[in-house]
Amino acid sequence: MSNFNSYYNSETIRQVISVVVLNEHNVLSRIVGLFSARGYNIDSLTVAPMEDSPYSRMTIVTTGDKRVIDQIVKQLNKLIPVLKVNEHKNVIEKDTVLMKFSIDNNLADIDVIARAYHGAIQNVTHDSIIVSATDSSDRIINFIKVMEKFNPLEVVRSGIVAMER
Amino acid sequence: MRMSGAKMVIESLHKEGVEVVFGYPGGAIMNVYDEIYKQNYFEHILNRHEQACVIAAEGYARSTGKTGVAIVTSGPGFTNAITGIADAYMDSIPIVIISGQVPTTIIGTDGFQEIDAVGISRPCTKHNYLVNKIEDLPRIIKEAFHLASTGRPGPVHVDIPKDITAQIGDFIYPSEVNMPTYKPTMNYNKKQLKRAMEAISNAKKPLLYVGGGAILSNCGYEIRDLAKKLNIPAVETLMARGVMGDENPLFFGMLGMHGEYSANMAAHETDLLISLGARFDDRVTGRLDEFASKAKVIHIDIDPTSIAKLVVADYPIVGDLRLTVQAMIEDIENHEINDFSNWVELLKEYREKEPLRYIDTDDLIKPQWPIERVGKILGDNAIISTDVGQHQMWTAQFFPFSHPRQWITSGGLGTMGFGLPAALGAARAFKGTNKVVVNFTGDGSILMNIQELMTCSEYELPVINIVLNNNYLGMVRQWQTMFYENRLAETDLTAQPKFKMLAEAFNCLGYTVSTKKEFDEAFKDAVEKRKPAMIEVIVARNEEVLPMVPNGHSLNEMTLLKGDK
Ligand SMILES: Cc1ncc(C[n+]2csc(CCOP(=O)(O)OP(=O)(O)O)c2C)c(N)n1
Repeated sequence: MSNFNSYYNSETIRQVISVVVLNEHNVLSRIVGLFSARGYNIDSLTVAPMEDSPYSRMTIVTTGDKRVIDQIVKQLNKLIPVLKVNEHKNVIEKDTVLMKFSIDNNLADIDVIARAYHGAIQNVTHDSIIVSATDSSDRIINFIKVMEKFNPLEVVRSGIVAMER
Repeated sequence: MRMSGAKMVIESLHKEGVEVVFGYPGGAIMNVYDEIYKQNYFEHILNRHEQACVIAAEGYARSTGKTGVAIVTSGPGFTNAITGIADAYMDSIPIVIISGQVPTTIIGTDGFQEIDAVGISRPCTKHNYLVNKIEDLPRIIKEAFHLASTGRPGPVHVDIPKDITAQIGDFIYPSEVNMPTYKPTMNYNKKQLKRAMEAISNAKKPLLYVGGGAILSNCGYEIRDLAKKLNIPAVETLMARGVMGDENPLFFGMLGMHGEYSANMAAHETDLLISLGARFDDRVTGRLDEFASKAKVIHIDIDPTSIAKLVVADYPIVGDLRLTVQAMIEDIENHEINDFSNWVELLKEYREKEPLRYIDTDDLIKPQWPIERVGKILGDNAIISTDVGQHQMWTAQFFPFSHPRQWITSGGLGTMGFGLPAALGAARAFKGTNKVVVNFTGDGSILMNIQELMTCSEYELPVINIVLNNNYLGMVRQWQTMFYENRLAETDLTAQPKFKMLAEAFNCLGYTVSTKKEFDEAFKDAVEKRKPAMIEVIVARNEEVLPMVPNGHSLNEMTLLKGDK
């Protein structure tokens, strides 16, 4: 079997996959179960119902070599409640982060940086503020790093949503 | 029509043409059992363990191709069933399992006998359902039968809470399934088929590698036709035994870990491996990177996930095997096919040089002997099931199989305890015919579902169990001998029941034999009396299954039988 080895030893790639599934109970666990049972990786997973339809869309970010990604796509397709699987090639990706800081920080600085990452201050109370930012994943990671110096009290990320260009 | 959920279950099974269900009652499924009591659409067979219900349903399905049905209660009933379900999943056997569940109001409270059944069955079913509303019940059962038997077949599980079976609703059984998300690919791609046929016409040493899919898609005879028209040799996996027919001059044996020399060498030397519903199991391929290493691969399978899972397919074809093989046969005339007779001749030489054999003796019965003997006596008339172990491999090697569905074994999961309940299911399917169902089993395996002797005798299912008693968990003992310097950790089974008395205690015929003559007499008696029977055969203790490809070696590195030829 000629090209066998190259196929196995190919490099690890990051793949964004979107899956359209019937919006019924048990489906999320089927998808997650598929990944865990076969030892595949989920880097990020988001789900929401689709407009005016009995379906939901899941966006999954995973990593693996070509063989693994092929299998993931095929296995997803094989699940009975799955309508469609898209292996995205060229997508716009968005990731959202919410960060909470003590009110004692320099709020003007925080506001300026957040805005550089398509973000803003979302909420202010007596003792804390919450900032959001929405951007590509790598930029969000960068944002979190930058904001570390303000000693965040809490950080929550959304996972990725993606759309083919 | 308005009726209870329980009655809907019965009516749905009737609509599906079910003629027998294997089951075991309990609290959560009692509403359904009350309706089973009142109906006379189908026979209910009360097994004595839920694992056996499911395996019996498998035996029925494997021997007939129809969908088997098992009904069990919640909690422990269902968890007992799970080994059978996993077994069916691994071998893609169409069965529908209906389980009772605690009432919807109790789900999630750790109620008595509550278990997350759909959570447990998810990884080992093709699909599963928890019925939440009585309106969904008929549709779900319709879908369950459809899913179980189409595409790549498999077990489908329907879990029904007790309050749903008690509720009254309108029974409207759908005439068609409407599942927009389920569309198995039946039809091969024409271009891919054409390329594959071109590859065949240009090959020098092509080989048909026939797997269990050939039986699932009912195309054994078409494959024989294909082989004959192309003059291509064929080998079979464990699951495909019987497809080619052992008398077929183009058949070169079973391949794999305990495969025949000619079959394994054929796989090693072929330049075009044509995989027909086989899945490149590690027990078949040996070292994967050495498997068919000189060959391009045509890979035909209904399940796209099977293709390129383990090996790269140069010519992948997704589709129903039967339709694809039929199309290949029709397409032959459009190609100038090479003459493969030299290749066939070479394999014949291999087969003559190293045939399957064992060293027979007259004092101690060698375990292979009764298998060959039953083959000689019953031939086509036999349906053979096995348990798991050495006896299973010897049966695959030495029984002269002549047709598909004659051979019932647990391949993917390798479930000890499979043989007797599977044989019972087959015996039910062929009740009243002249078929004789024989279960070859080991002294270890038989004790895992021995209680099913009771089911056999109650329902007059004349399964003949042949216990090849080597006083060992033989297959594990063989590995310990070969790979663990003979440290026989917990495989010695000298402590044993009196099998003859055990059989008689279950109201079956019991025999203990230690000579060939005694065996012949006992077997003849059991066949003539048409009663469930257990024949304990005292066999040579230390016999090995050979040839053997040691784990992690390639197929041409076989350990062969040494000694007189
Ligand atoms: C349920 C289960 N448990 C354990 C095993 C592992 N196993 C495989 S073969 C075997 C020995 C079988 O012994 P026996 O039934 O006496 O058959 P023999 O090999 O002696 O013919 C064991 C323990 C298994 N396949 N299934």
